[in-house]
Amino acid sequence: MTDSIIEFNNVWKEYGDNVVLERLNLSVKAGEFVSIVGASGCGKTTFLNLLLGTEQATRGEILLDGQPLNPEPGIERGIVFQRYSVFPHLTALENCMLGDEFAGSLTSLLLGRLAGKAKAAARERAMGMLEKVGLANAANRYPSELSGGMQQRLAIAQALLKQPRILLLDEPFGALDPGIRKDMHGLIGELWQEQQLTVFMITHDLSEGFHLGSRLWVFDKLRHDPQAPERFGAQVTFDIPLHHEHSSAAQMDQLATLPGTPKAAVLAAS
Amino acid sequence: MTRIINRQPNRYGRIVLGILPFIILLLFYLSASDARLAENPNDKLLPAFSSFAEAIERMAFEPSKRTGEYLLWQDTFASLQRLAMGVGISALIGLLIGIGNGMVPYMRSPLSPLVTALSLIPPMAILPILFIVFGLGEVSKVVLIVIGISPIIVRDLQLRTDALPNEQLLKAQTLGGNSWQIIVRVVLPQIMPRLIEAIRLTLGSAWLFLIAAEAIAATEGLGYRIFLVRRYLSMDVILPYVLWITALAFAMDWSLKRLSLLAFPWYHASKGGRDD
Repeated sequence: MTDSIIEFNNVWKEYGDNVVLERLNLSVKAGEFVSIVGASGCGKTTFLNLLLGTEQATRGEILLDGQPLNPEPGIERGIVFQRYSVFPHLTALENCMLGDEFAGSLTSLLLGRLAGKAKAAARERAMGMLEKVGLANAANRYPSELSGGMQQRLAIAQALLKQPRILLLDEPFGALDPGIRKDMHGLIGELWQEQQLTVFMITHDLSEGFHLGSRLWVFDKLRHDPQAPERFGAQVTFDIPLHHEHSSAAQMDQLATLPGTPKAAVLAAS
Repeated sequence: MTRIINRQPNRYGRIVLGILPFIILLLFYLSASDARLAENPNDKLLPAFSSFAEAIERMAFEPSKRTGEYLLWQDTFASLQRLAMGVGISALIGLLIGIGNGMVPYMRSPLSPLVTALSLIPPMAILPILFIVFGLGEVSKVVLIVIGISPIIVRDLQLRTDALPNEQLLKAQTLGGNSWQIIVRVVLPQIMPRLIEAIRLTLGSAWLFLIAAEAIAATEGLGYRIFLVRRYLSMDVILPYVLWITALAFAMDWSLKRLSLLAFPWYHASKGGRDD
């Protein structure tokens, strides 16, 4: 096969007569950061669910490292949602240790816990990651005692500790204040470079997509039937490689002139 | 002049206002009791406080002339034992079936309609069946409590399990948890404080079923005693017993609340401290 980590071969997703996604032929290399934008209801979330494994393609196949994608969420995929990604009954440290505690030997299988040396090792790894995302001094606090931005940092740390092949971000910063969002962009950008992650990020914020990713996908419908809008599904209408040396403003102007781009979104982002 | 909806009593004001209705009730009782006793010193309906003291002395601190037991403590012990067994078994059933139904569709499909149907049977209506099947001993009383409250706990915990954000369960799967691990580490700890809430809410019903069962067939117990002395119009025994039962119920409710605050601080923090 090729050297791509994720491959979509003619993937369709339909609910009865309603076609949500059609003819997806995509391939993503390891280390790419794909930002996904598009109007509401255009299938971005369905696309993410296909990658996550909570929904299955109606036709076609999705390959991860050349193998068909496991049809159930597993450790090869990390996920951060907009909300509810952390466990409210565990402290920040326990949240980060949970992934390791699932993977140990006997006590793990029976109780989902580690004991002794293995536990100390997991604690150390978790502390290391908490330090990396700037939460070291909040290690013993519960999520309800953390701000929204800190909770998202924790969710990212928790996902990265399992070293997933792909990291899925579903509007991870959508609920945060603009200032905090900027900090988070810095953090995720750093982690992406440092850990060689392959990232798929859904966002409503076009400038966020431009600013963060190495590749921008616009989901939209190419074909329209006014009599039956559900007849045709969305595709990736634009697949734009992003080079951060160039000014992204110029790229945005270019995008704005392309047909089919949600203009309001471009204007809002610039 | 601020609006009445915006005016708050201060701390002492709240305490005084809280006690006030009790004092009014007490005064009302005293004056009514005095009035009746002035007319007929042998009146049994509203005994004076001295008669209560005598009755409490007789029931709690003197051995019974007939059996040599301290009746109040014997009754309390018997009732609490039945209550604890009934509530404990119900909590266990509620936890197992509630979480199971909420998490495992293959368990929910056969069990959920059954639980709903069972919860609609009026428990008192099958008390005779319980007496026939389990005899007049302890088992039928415990079973009545279990049949009365466990369907409520099961349904409540099932709803609470359903209400856990799906994002959490997906996240746990991407962290590598299998079904059992996710139930033990993610679901169970989050359902425990809700179980305590469910028990607090069903304790009233549990007492109801206990006293009803004791009233019909028992040889000791708080409910048994109340219904026994009713034959002699012994209000001087009945009223202290009722107060004692109320105090026990209050103590249980309060301890469960404290337990929950101590054991699950994250739960109460996320609810913003509004838990009464």
